Amino acid sequence: MPAAISPTMERPSAQPTAPALAVSAAGTAASAAARTIIDIDHVDFFYGPSQALHDVSLKLDEKKVTAFIGPSGCGKSTLLRCLNRMNDLIDGTRVAKGSIKIRGVDIHGPQVDVIELRKRVGMVFQKSNPFPKSIYDNITYGLRLQGVKDKSRLDAVVEKSLRGAALWDEVKDRLHTSGLGLSGGQQQRLCIARAIAVEPDIILMDEPCSALDPISTSKVEELIHELKKQFTIVIVTHNMQQAARCSDQTAFFYLGRLVEFADTRTIFMNPANPQTEAYVSGRFG
Amino acid sequence: MKRFFDAELETFRSHLVLMGETSIRQVRDAIRALVEADISLADRVVAADDEVDQLEIKIDDEAIRYMNLRSPVATELRFVIVGMKASHDLERVGDEASNIAKRAAKLAAEPPLKPYIDIPRMANIALEMLRDALDCFLHMDSDKAIAVVKRDSEVDAINKQLYRELTSFMIEKPGTISRAIELMFISKSIERIADHATNIAEEMVFLAQARDIRHTDELKKSTLS
Repeated sequence: MPAAISPTMERPSAQPTAPALAVSAAGTAASAAARTIIDIDHVDFFYGPSQALHDVSLKLDEKKVTAFIGPSGCGKSTLLRCLNRMNDLIDGTRVAKGSIKIRGVDIHGPQVDVIELRKRVGMVFQKSNPFPKSIYDNITYGLRLQGVKDKSRLDAVVEKSLRGAALWDEVKDRLHTSGLGLSGGQQQRLCIARAIAVEPDIILMDEPCSALDPISTSKVEELIHELKKQFTIVIVTHNMQQAARCSDQTAFFYLGRLVEFADTRTIFMNPANPQTEAYVSGRFG
Repeated sequence: MKRFFDAELETFRSHLVLMGETSIRQVRDAIRALVEADISLADRVVAADDEVDQLEIKIDDEAIRYMNLRSPVATELRFVIVGMKASHDLERVGDEASNIAKRAAKLAAEPPLKPYIDIPRMANIALEMLRDALDCFLHMDSDKAIAVVKRDSEVDAINKQLYRELTSFMIEKPGTISRAIELMFISKSIERIADHATNIAEEMVFLAQARDIRHTDELKKSTLS
């Protein structure tokens, strides 16, 4: 690994001269074209003896929405959870081969702080999981862990994050009531607000709308569209219309292998692989 | 509730409006080139046909993209499909305008066979039909669309009358044959423009009411509003 790479993977926007900026996987740091932020290179992944990912290689662009689609068990959620090492929390799992780099830094490198990684790569889960605390405390939880105590700064982050998650107007008068008192759709947006409060680089979303009604789903999709101006988003979804609506690029997985990765329009209009076509047409899966 | 892709539908709609306006301008200029024997205007109409063609490509692309990625249903689905079909009709209108302009340029080199009265009158009706069809298409006004469909016979009648008149010219004075044939083609082009306006109006009824009135006598027997 080049010595110039910052193991903490500071965001280049936060520190324009940070060493990480000097290393772009695509080597196009100066260009206006989309830059690779996540570089997944020939990854094999195992749950104990069972191989869940086979030789997956994928480069994801910065400030784009990438959708992972495929039938259940195809490995899409596994790969998503690899991106912030959430799989480390499951015994017996391992990336047996290949590497995952974020802004050029191997996330399995010895100097990588996993807590720092998960701060940079936030996550929103299928089922909304607000902490059993007030809305305010949900948002400020991460910052308080980092030792931030300044009330005015915390207040500002709460408002910014809730506005960013399109929830502010609905909850501004009850910030100190329990997050669990919100509707399902609001809880999911609260989780998104909590994820963006620590200013991550990347937000991973694992089926974020599957437990939501169509109106709430539509609000979250709207939000995804807004968030991509600031963040890189990777979303796992079973809903192909959602992938079509929300994402810029789509990766189709089947039996632990990446079958096809292209612009979303291509995947849904003229996929190169017959398996992709069969899946997006609803013929299997 | 506003959705982030609503702007795409608005862009699609505005391109349709632009294509409609461009096609109408092309027909109007082609007829003016004929009446005023203005070769340079005729040439400009022929050159500008590409504008209409490019809009058709753009509208098709937007419609396909919208259907592919946004999964439209109900009125929105009908709007995108009908918009795409209307753009094909408008492209044909643009072609007819170009055909008229080419013939106008040829005729401009010779003395007029007769004063141009019926052709501009017929063209005015066709243009009104086109304007009304597009207008009701954009305002979902199916009553107006029905009126457009019913006017098609007016244009057909003038076309037939012109054919008879021009045929007698040719019989009486064979020297007029080439000019009369050009005028017959122009008349036919205008008749086709009215047909395209009628198609758009019929599509409009499908858009507003999800009912297909093409190739049926439903118009006569139903209250479509």
